[in-house]
Amino acid sequence: MAVLRYLRYSIQDFIETFGASQLFLARLLAYSPRTLVRPRLVIHQIYSVGAGAVVLIAFSGFFVGLVMALQSYQSLSKFGATGEVGTLLALALFRELGPVITALLFVGRSGTQLASEIGLMRATDQLSGMQMMAVDPIRRIIVPRFLAGAISLPLLAMIFSAIGILGGYILVVLYLGVDPGAFWGQMRANVALVNDILNGFFKAIIFGGVVTMIALFEGYNAWPTAEGVGRATTRTVVISSITIFALDYILTAFMYRGI
Amino acid sequence: MTASNQIIEIRGLRYMRGEHVIFDNLDIDIERGKITAIMGPSGTGKTTLLRLITGQLLPDRGQILVDGEDVPRLRTKDLYKLRHRMGMLFQNGALLTDLTVFENVAFPLREHTDLPESLIRHLVLMKLQAVGLRGTWNMMPGDLSGGMARRVALARAIIMDPQMIFYDEPFTGLDPISMGVIVRLIKMLNDTLNLTSIIVSHDVAEIATVADQSYLIAGGRVQARGTPEELEHSPSAQVRQFMKGLADGPVPFHYPGPDYREQLFGEEV
Repeated sequence: MAVLRYLRYSIQDFIETFGASQLFLARLLAYSPRTLVRPRLVIHQIYSVGAGAVVLIAFSGFFVGLVMALQSYQSLSKFGATGEVGTLLALALFRELGPVITALLFVGRSGTQLASEIGLMRATDQLSGMQMMAVDPIRRIIVPRFLAGAISLPLLAMIFSAIGILGGYILVVLYLGVDPGAFWGQMRANVALVNDILNGFFKAIIFGGVVTMIALFEGYNAWPTAEGVGRATTRTVVISSITIFALDYILTAFMYRGI
Repeated sequence: MTASNQIIEIRGLRYMRGEHVIFDNLDIDIERGKITAIMGPSGTGKTTLLRLITGQLLPDRGQILVDGEDVPRLRTKDLYKLRHRMGMLFQNGALLTDLTVFENVAFPLREHTDLPESLIRHLVLMKLQAVGLRGTWNMMPGDLSGGMARRVALARAIIMDPQMIFYDEPFTGLDPISMGVIVRLIKMLNDTLNLTSIIVSHDVAEIATVADQSYLIAGGRVQARGTPEELEHSPSAQVRQFMKGLADGPVPFHYPGPDYREQLFGEEV
C-alpha cells in the first residue's frame, strides 16, 4: 500500500512540476521578443554564461578531436582509408558530439551558475524585492538569461566542433602524416551544410533553450534555504543531462529519417 | 475619525498555510500619515501580513483595502500600478548583489522612467544623502554592513516617492548605533515625506519610541491595539508578557510535546 501511495504522489508531483515548467516556458517565450528590444541585458548575460564558458569548451573540443582522430586513424589505417579521418571527425562533431558534449559542459558550467544564482536571489528576497518595486523578475532577470543560453550554446557548439577538427588536423596531418588535401577534400565532399552543419546548429539551439529553461525553472522555484539551492543545482544537472540525451535521440530521428 | 483617514483597512482576513491557520478574522486599520507598528511574537505571521497587504500572497478570505483598492482582487497590472505607491524595506535589504549601491537605488527609476542621466544622478545622490550613505555610491552591496545595506535599501524604497512604506523587522540584528540611525530615519522620513509607515517588529523598546499606534497580534488575532504606553499597561496578561518580555506566562516557555518523564525514560523517541 505504502509503495502504491508513494508511486501516486511521485506521479502527481511529476505531472505538477512538468505542467508548471511548461507554463514557465510559455511565459519566457511570450516575453522574449520584447526583451530582445533591450539587448543590453541579454548581451551582459551572453558574456556571463556564454563567453565565460569558451575556454572550457575550447579545451574539451580540442582533446575530443585528438582522441577521435587517433581512434579513427587506427581503425581506418587497416583499410588504407586514413584520408577519411577528416570526414568522420567533422560528421561526428557537427552532428552529435558538438551539440551534445557542449550542452553537457554548458549545464555543468553555466546551468549550475544560473540555478544557484536565481535560487540565492530567491532566498535573499531579491526577487520579491523586485516585485515590490513593480518590476516583474521574469521579464527583468529570467528572460535575458534564457535568451543568452539559447544564443550562446549553438555558438559554443560551433567553437567546440571547429577546435575539435583543428585538433584532429594537428594530430593526423601534422603528426601522423595524412595528406592535408585528402583530409580537407574528403571533408568538404562529404559534409553537407544543411543536413550536417545546420542540423547540428539547430539541435544546439534547442538544447540551449531547454537546459537554460530547466536551470532557471529550478532556481526560480528553489526552496529559499541553503539546502534548497543545493538541491536546485543538483536537479538542474540531473534533469538537463537526461533531457539532452533523450532530446538528442528524438531530434536525430526526425532530422535523418529520410537518409 | 473619517473613513478617508485610513489608508489601509483589513476586514475579516483569514489566511491558512496548509492545515495551519495563520490569521483568523483579522481586522486592522492603518491611519494615513502615521507610523503604525504591528507587533507579535516570532512565528505569528507578521511578515506574512505584510506580504498579504502588498499582494505578494493571497488570503483565503477577507478584504484588504489599500487606498480604496481591494488588493487580492486586483489584476497583476493594477497591482503593479498600486505598488508604485508602496515602498518596502526587507529584513535583509534585498539589494541586487550584482549592482553597485548607486545602481541599486537608481534601479526603480531606470525601470519605470525615461529620466535623463543627470536627473537620475541628482535623485539618487539626494536619497543616499538622506540616509547618510552618499559616500558608498560606488560600493557593492556585499561590502556593506547589515545596517548600511538596510539604509541603502531604504533610499531605494523612497526613490519613487511612495505614499506608504513597509518595514519588515527593521531593527533585527543591528548594533545600537545602527538601530538608533534607523529609528531616526523612520521618523524623519515619515514626517518630511508625508508618508504612512507600517513597521512589523518585535523590538518593543524601539517601537515605543517611533510608533503612533500599535497592534499586537498573536494566535492569528489582534490581541490589543493602542499607543505603546497603553499596551504596556494593558489588563491582558498575554499583552503584558510580550511587552515586558517575560519568559513564561500565557505563552508557555515549553513548546508542546509528550510527557517529559515518559519521553526521557521511554523506549521510543
